[in-house]
Amino acid sequence: MARTGLTAAERVEVPDVPARSFARTLLWGFAHVVSILALVLAWEGLARSGAFTSFMLPSLSSVITRIGTDAVSGDLFINTGLTVYRALVGFLICAVGGILIGLAMARNTVANWFFDPIVSIGFPMPKIAFLPVVILWLGVYDVSKITMIVIDAIFPVIAATVIAVRGIDRELIWSARNMGATDREMMWQIVLPAAMPQILTGLQVALPLSLIVAVVAEMLMGGYGLGGAMMTASRFADSRGVFAGIVEIAIVGYVLIKAMTMLRRRLLIWHQEANEPTTA
Amino acid sequence: MKTLVRYLPLVLLAVAWESASRLGLVSSSALPPLSEVVSSWIDLIKSGELVSNTGASLYRAVMGLLLAVAVGATLGILMAWWKPVNILLGPLVEIFYPLPKSALIPVTVIWLGFGNGSKILLIFLGCMIPVTIGAFNGARSSEQTLVWSARSMGANRVRMLWDVVLPSAMPELLNGIRTALALSFILLVSSELIVAREGLGYLIGYLGANGNYDAMYAVVMTVAFLGFAADRVYQMLMNRMLQWREQG
Repeated sequence: MARTGLTAAERVEVPDVPARSFARTLLWGFAHVVSILALVLAWEGLARSGAFTSFMLPSLSSVITRIGTDAVSGDLFINTGLTVYRALVGFLICAVGGILIGLAMARNTVANWFFDPIVSIGFPMPKIAFLPVVILWLGVYDVSKITMIVIDAIFPVIAATVIAVRGIDRELIWSARNMGATDREMMWQIVLPAAMPQILTGLQVALPLSLIVAVVAEMLMGGYGLGGAMMTASRFADSRGVFAGIVEIAIVGYVLIKAMTMLRRRLLIWHQEANEPTTA
Repeated sequence: MKTLVRYLPLVLLAVAWESASRLGLVSSSALPPLSEVVSSWIDLIKSGELVSNTGASLYRAVMGLLLAVAVGATLGILMAWWKPVNILLGPLVEIFYPLPKSALIPVTVIWLGFGNGSKILLIFLGCMIPVTIGAFNGARSSEQTLVWSARSMGANRVRMLWDVVLPSAMPELLNGIRTALALSFILLVSSELIVAREGLGYLIGYLGANGNYDAMYAVVMTVAFLGFAADRVYQMLMNRMLQWREQG
């Protein structure tokens, strides 16, 4: 789908956008942050106006101060580091395992026979319900948190890989075979690159899921980590700590997901989608 | 016969489960035999516990989702239809999209307490953004020729919104709602596991804490089945609603 950034009705009314002057560009840039500024001001204003108690809505400035003290004491880095570590290790296991299982399913009938019903039933299930079972088996430490992330986030990767590999243009495969490509060359030079766009889309679904599950697992199992810190704060009715946690988790999510988008653009630089203007 | 071969791996897994715990390969408290899980599921149904908690959970999920779809679809279509709305809301959507929604669980509890309100708010906030993005992308990609013909036939903006933009946004909007449906189950169960006094997630946590593991497994399987069934039913509805489209 072409992303033009214009709306359906817009495109009719303004067929050609005039060249933008510098002032116009500046104004445009301002328009994009205006709502974020409004949100920030509204938060601070509402909190200070006394319409809400500081328990319901601590002011943004006090939340930022709180993040600052956490950073000085070092807690911020331990918690953020642990959450990112768990989410990324889980995500990487999903990526490698999901692609391998997906490739096996697409190219081997026995693997397909075994995994297909498991994937078609497991994919739409709310696997998070198995969290207490995972705790029962593996305890409350990193192994069980990462296992839970893998159980939840591996299905989109498997499904995307299977669909991608099955959808590869037959002529690509025939030509490569005809030119005498070995199985190994086929895999690395034809199958994987051709399937890459859809596999990356699957990974882009799996990454936010890994973060969501990492946070939930930390909330339930306690201990260090951003989710655990938020839960501790909420038990002590420390709502500043809770809001600080949200801001921190939001920043972690934003950075990781932007990094994934950049990675996709870098890996698919050869693909036609790289030429399309994007809004993201 | 064909279906039997297709689902044989699941049967094999079930047999492996039953025999692993019967033969004592794993401790039967970590993995109670499947047959005992089934019998405690029947007990839970008889006592009415499962039914009342399922009702509580479904009420929250349905209310949250309905709100998310109503608000999310309206916002997404308005964003595509009228540019100032897009300039205002676009950056907010972009900021809140990557936020792992589970981080909102403690905040919704601070605002609305332990009951239904906090779960409905959580599901509403978490599920709204996928719906908004689906509606926006769908409405934005309405075919140029359709828009032109509608205009040349004298449709005004409101008519166009209803007759052209909305139907062409439908496929992607429905896909966004499907993502939201899956997300709503994740948020529902995790928020109920963490703080609740009723609901399926609460029941799982409560039974687990009392060491009543076969009943806990029964509820876990029930939740998994409900999520699966909801997705299948939704897919059937989706196909029906999109029947008017030409199959390309």
